[in-house]
Amino acid sequence: MNTANLNKKLIAAARHHGTSDRVPYAFEKRIMAHIKDLRPVDVWALWGRALWRAAAPCVAITLIIGVWSFQSRDSEVAQLKSADLETTVLAPMDNLGDVW
Amino acid sequence: MDPVEPTDSELIAAVLRGDTACFEQLITKYQPRVFATARRYARRDDEVEDIVQEVFLKAYQKLSSFRAEAPFEHWLMRLAVRTCYDFLRDHQRNRETSFTEITDAEDDWLERHAEDPDGSDEKATEAKELVDKVLEKMSPAGRLVITLLEIEDRSVKEIAELTGWSVPLVKVRAFRARAEMKKLLTKLMKDKKL
Repeated sequence: MNTANLNKKLIAAARHHGTSDRVPYAFEKRIMAHIKDLRPVDVWALWGRALWRAAAPCVAITLIIGVWSFQSRDSEVAQLKSADLETTVLAPMDNLGDVW
Repeated sequence: MDPVEPTDSELIAAVLRGDTACFEQLITKYQPRVFATARRYARRDDEVEDIVQEVFLKAYQKLSSFRAEAPFEHWLMRLAVRTCYDFLRDHQRNRETSFTEITDAEDDWLERHAEDPDGSDEKATEAKELVDKVLEKMSPAGRLVITLLEIEDRSVKEIAELTGWSVPLVKVRAFRARAEMKKLLTKLMKDKKL
């Protein structure tokens, strides 16, 4: 059997029958009851709330990192690590002359 | 004499000023269209009602973003189509490709169609039930595109506006959806040994 023909018939059937636009009794009342519990979205209020929530963890992280860096500032290991970091970050600059 | 009905813009402005009750008039006016759209993608009444409720709750919450550049109905129908698509993606059940749940009446319609393709009656309820079962087995994007493009006879540009997809993406999805539909119909005929 030809699928194109069957496809055409089935689509024609779907078009012919359509869908009902019947609305259940007092459906708008049901939605309004839900809406009474809602408020329109205030984007600025959402942003403000999110930023306030994020503030406390940010302050905590800043304090922890500050204390940790203060305590390890003078240690020999920290100095070695910072030297290693600097070497790694600047490694491409050292090799820049080779590229040219 | 009947008082003059407020326009959509007046109702929306009143809702945004805090007169929530005005939203009920918008719901009453547009709910038949939203119900008809939802029934294209969901069969059970409770699912249809949930979709329509979600559409209007979203519309209420996002009302301040309505710019009145196009009619409110267009904006609402975009919300409705996108909510229906989300529903399809969340309910991707019953997508196994076998057609075991086809009734005897639908089977008979298929046999009649196989014997006389041009004479088969597309107005028959069995044909509508069959197309619904085929669409249920399609991917969410495929089903949405076939419904909008083939059944509702909308243009590619209209579908792009309704779905938020780009025009080339609609074309690609339409091509894939037609191929998917053809594959399903081939499987249906093979299962029924036609």
